[in-house]
Amino acid sequence: MDSNTPGGNAPNHFDNVACPFCGILCDDLEIGPTADGLKVLKNGCVKSVAGFERAFKEPKPQINGKDVSLSEAVAEAARLVKAAQLPLFGGLGTDVDGVRAVMSIADQAGGVVDHALSEGQYRNFRVLQTGGWVMTTLTEARNRADLFIVLGSDIQKIHPRFFERIVCNERSMFSDTPPKRTVVFLGEGLDQSEVKGSRIGEIVTLPAKGERLREILVAMRALAKGVPVQGDTIGELPRADVEDLVKRCSAASYGVMVWAPPSLAFPDADLTVQAAAEYIKDINLTSRFAGLSLGGNEGAVSAGAVCAWQSGYPLRVSFASGKPDYDTERYATANLLANKETDLVIWLASYTPDLAPPTTDVPMILLSTPALKPAKTPAVYIPIGTPGIEHDGLIVRCDNVVSLPLRKLRQSQLPRAADVLAQIQAAL
Amino acid sequence: MLIKLTGGKVYDPANGVDGVVRDIYIQNGRIVTPEPGAKVSSEYALNGKVVMAGGIDPHSHIGGGKVTIARMLMPEDHLGNEVERTALTRSGCGHAIPSTLTAGYRYAEMGYTAAFEPAMLPANARQAHMEMGDTPMIDKGAFVMLGSDDFFLRQLSGKADFSAMKDYIAWTMHAAQAIAVKVVNPGGISAFKFNQRQLNLDEKHVHYGVTPRDIIVNLARGLTELGVVHPLHIHGCNLGVPGGVETTLETIRGANGLPMHLTHIQFHSYDTEGDMKFSSGAARIADAVNANKNVSIDIGQVMFGQTCTASGDSMRQFVNTRSADPKKWVVMDIECDAGCGVVPFKYRDKSFVNALQWAIGLELFLMVNDPWRIFLTTDHPNGGPFTCYPHLIRLLMDKTFRQDVMKTINQDALKYSALATLDREYSLYEIAIMTRAGPAKSLGLKDRGHLAAGASADITVYDDNPDREAMFATPELVFKNGDLIVRNGKIIKVVNGATHVARPSYDKGIEKSLKQYFDDFHTVRMENFRLSDDEIINHGQGEVIVQPTGARTA
Repeated sequence: MDSNTPGGNAPNHFDNVACPFCGILCDDLEIGPTADGLKVLKNGCVKSVAGFERAFKEPKPQINGKDVSLSEAVAEAARLVKAAQLPLFGGLGTDVDGVRAVMSIADQAGGVVDHALSEGQYRNFRVLQTGGWVMTTLTEARNRADLFIVLGSDIQKIHPRFFERIVCNERSMFSDTPPKRTVVFLGEGLDQSEVKGSRIGEIVTLPAKGERLREILVAMRALAKGVPVQGDTIGELPRADVEDLVKRCSAASYGVMVWAPPSLAFPDADLTVQAAAEYIKDINLTSRFAGLSLGGNEGAVSAGAVCAWQSGYPLRVSFASGKPDYDTERYATANLLANKETDLVIWLASYTPDLAPPTTDVPMILLSTPALKPAKTPAVYIPIGTPGIEHDGLIVRCDNVVSLPLRKLRQSQLPRAADVLAQIQAAL
Repeated sequence: MLIKLTGGKVYDPANGVDGVVRDIYIQNGRIVTPEPGAKVSSEYALNGKVVMAGGIDPHSHIGGGKVTIARMLMPEDHLGNEVERTALTRSGCGHAIPSTLTAGYRYAEMGYTAAFEPAMLPANARQAHMEMGDTPMIDKGAFVMLGSDDFFLRQLSGKADFSAMKDYIAWTMHAAQAIAVKVVNPGGISAFKFNQRQLNLDEKHVHYGVTPRDIIVNLARGLTELGVVHPLHIHGCNLGVPGGVETTLETIRGANGLPMHLTHIQFHSYDTEGDMKFSSGAARIADAVNANKNVSIDIGQVMFGQTCTASGDSMRQFVNTRSADPKKWVVMDIECDAGCGVVPFKYRDKSFVNALQWAIGLELFLMVNDPWRIFLTTDHPNGGPFTCYPHLIRLLMDKTFRQDVMKTINQDALKYSALATLDREYSLYEIAIMTRAGPAKSLGLKDRGHLAAGASADITVYDDNPDREAMFATPELVFKNGDLIVRNGKIIKVVNGATHVARPSYDKGIEKSLKQYFDDFHTVRMENFRLSDDEIINHGQGEVIVQPTGARTA
């Protein structure tokens, strides 16, 4: 079968393009050429337009700010990696092959592996590792859910097409006249503007503070079980509103509680996720309900998944002892830098300029999209291609189930991160 | 370069060779009959050694989302079970759910040269292949799951033309790069999403109005008519339910002679006698398997110790969460396509239930007569990790050892099992059938699992140690495609195996309705749902081998 040509269009015009610029990986984009770049012709959003349409540049690699050849940069990078006591392979904004290459070189060089956005991911991983959960995926939620509860996350900002594709879709697998949906925003200042159209019934706004969500969820679980809960307010929400929400959850034929971990940026947010997970487990004793975790921008899900299947652990792993050593605190990027445990940072950011390396005096090898301008000149700089623009690749979606092929959309001299890392490893 | 393996005792059941001393020649990765006078460039003297084809595991959860969920769920499985990197091999870890690289190394070090992932969800096929791609040393392949996916259920419910259903089955095998098709709790994974908590063989799905029996019969017939060699791989209804034996027997009767493979049948062989309302139904199952030549099985033997179960059967796994040990678990509804449930388990030899599960598995092994229709599995990691196989083989080959172990387990359990009365000891020839020749034949691997000229030179050489556990745990030599990859149970060369697929023919017209269907309902386009060969080949890291498929009828 001719599965190698998903588009089958005229040259430089592409259908069914997967977008790697946020974790939900829309793959219905149509992209065409312009005189000096690419244009999103259909199904774009603010993130995909920024990513696909950015100016095309092919700068040269550099050592300490001076242009060099790729082989010189690779040789210098290898020298630095070899000399390092504990190199940190961070950032990890790359595709599956890029993470594979990171795992291989980190294993050989005795380094640490962590993703720039793993703090958000660990709000989930800690719950997975201690209690687990009942979860769903994008297509399941899109077709099945009659109740969405948005948990403290400004989804529109992180995933501009989530509501359009998963919540406001007019058609459903299970009915020609699918019932209207209720969407509850449980949280403060959450953008509801894209929740609209014929599928949307009621929109409920419960402006709870992030730090109070856990209390509300724990109370909901208690109320659902018939355990007495004191007070006229719960987490600063009127008690009646919380009781009403509990009723909605119990009555839903398939409720979905959605959160984007990066949004839950308050202390001990993992306990909020845990409270949600335990409540959802309870609901499932009698009716169906599931969690749906979003996030996973900048290739974070691919990094966590590949690291887990190759090392057993989802990031924050050190290979310094010759075998995987897991420590979610010690090997977190911020702590390694603060505690001066790492003496070399290899920072990988192939998708967006937003994944800037941390400000540090530790020497750095920067492998990044040319769009990224570091605040400080790195010891070695190697510009790399973006998977899904300058080269093919594979990437894992936010629900940790679906992965998508990314396609090369234009000719470029920019190398794949995986190939650069393999060259550095070969030179060790 | 001609390699000669001289003087070993060869067990090659596919060619009727039972412990005959003979030489084997390898050239260019294949077993050959050398030209007269051809020069041998290296020779291995194997006098007294046992020679078999490389082991083939036809049912082992080695790759795919649920396995990686299990890895993430269970750091305690890895702690203390780390594997250091060497000059040749990568680091890794894990006891029950090893990291991908470690799994590949351990299979090879145990004399296995192929393992098949039995529960690849179409929606998760890409990741399953990525993980198998990161599993070195061995050949791989996967069975794609159908039967709880919306498209098939609406075809069945809408009484679609049977030819279109076959097109869809075949299309899915191509799209997901599968060698076979599996059904898991037929319709039940979907029914659970509609809040049905069980779905018996003749119970209707509330939305589609079809029954598990309809699903099984249509998939089994479809695969037969498509010419797919491996029959429908069935994880039946009511896994782990006391009384499930009745469902299993009725499933066999309902096949009406259609080929079918009943997987991890141990979990589906529970009866309801005794004070605990839990007893062995193994004898009844074995009788039915013995009488129905269209049926093959694998066991899913339970081995004592900590493991983590990972199954597509979200409906049954949700019930099993009550027994989770440690108390954490994941259940997922996936893409209107399938589901999964990941639940840690500790099988205890002093537990009545666990001891009886162990005994039931062994009873089935010992009471099913035809080793060509029964395969040795623990349903890794669900009954226990695949690294238990040498121990399991000794239990089957050594009655004294078996009886010694029986003395250490819950004695009440043995009252509800006939295990104590069974004297059978498996021969090396029968073990070679059950772990090589049988799986290869069943999966349609034409050049694997045997040692005749033309076969791939996947060969394992064992010391003929009377302690069969020690013998099978540490092969002396393992060849993969003619390369010596393991010596004395340690890897000496790292290779990448191939991915085996089967490609029954289909009418491309199916893509027109599928395209519309994906556009209307899914979050992935049909064009991106399909996996290309290039993804598996991945810059020369992998290889796709298309195994033969019979002619499509109708």
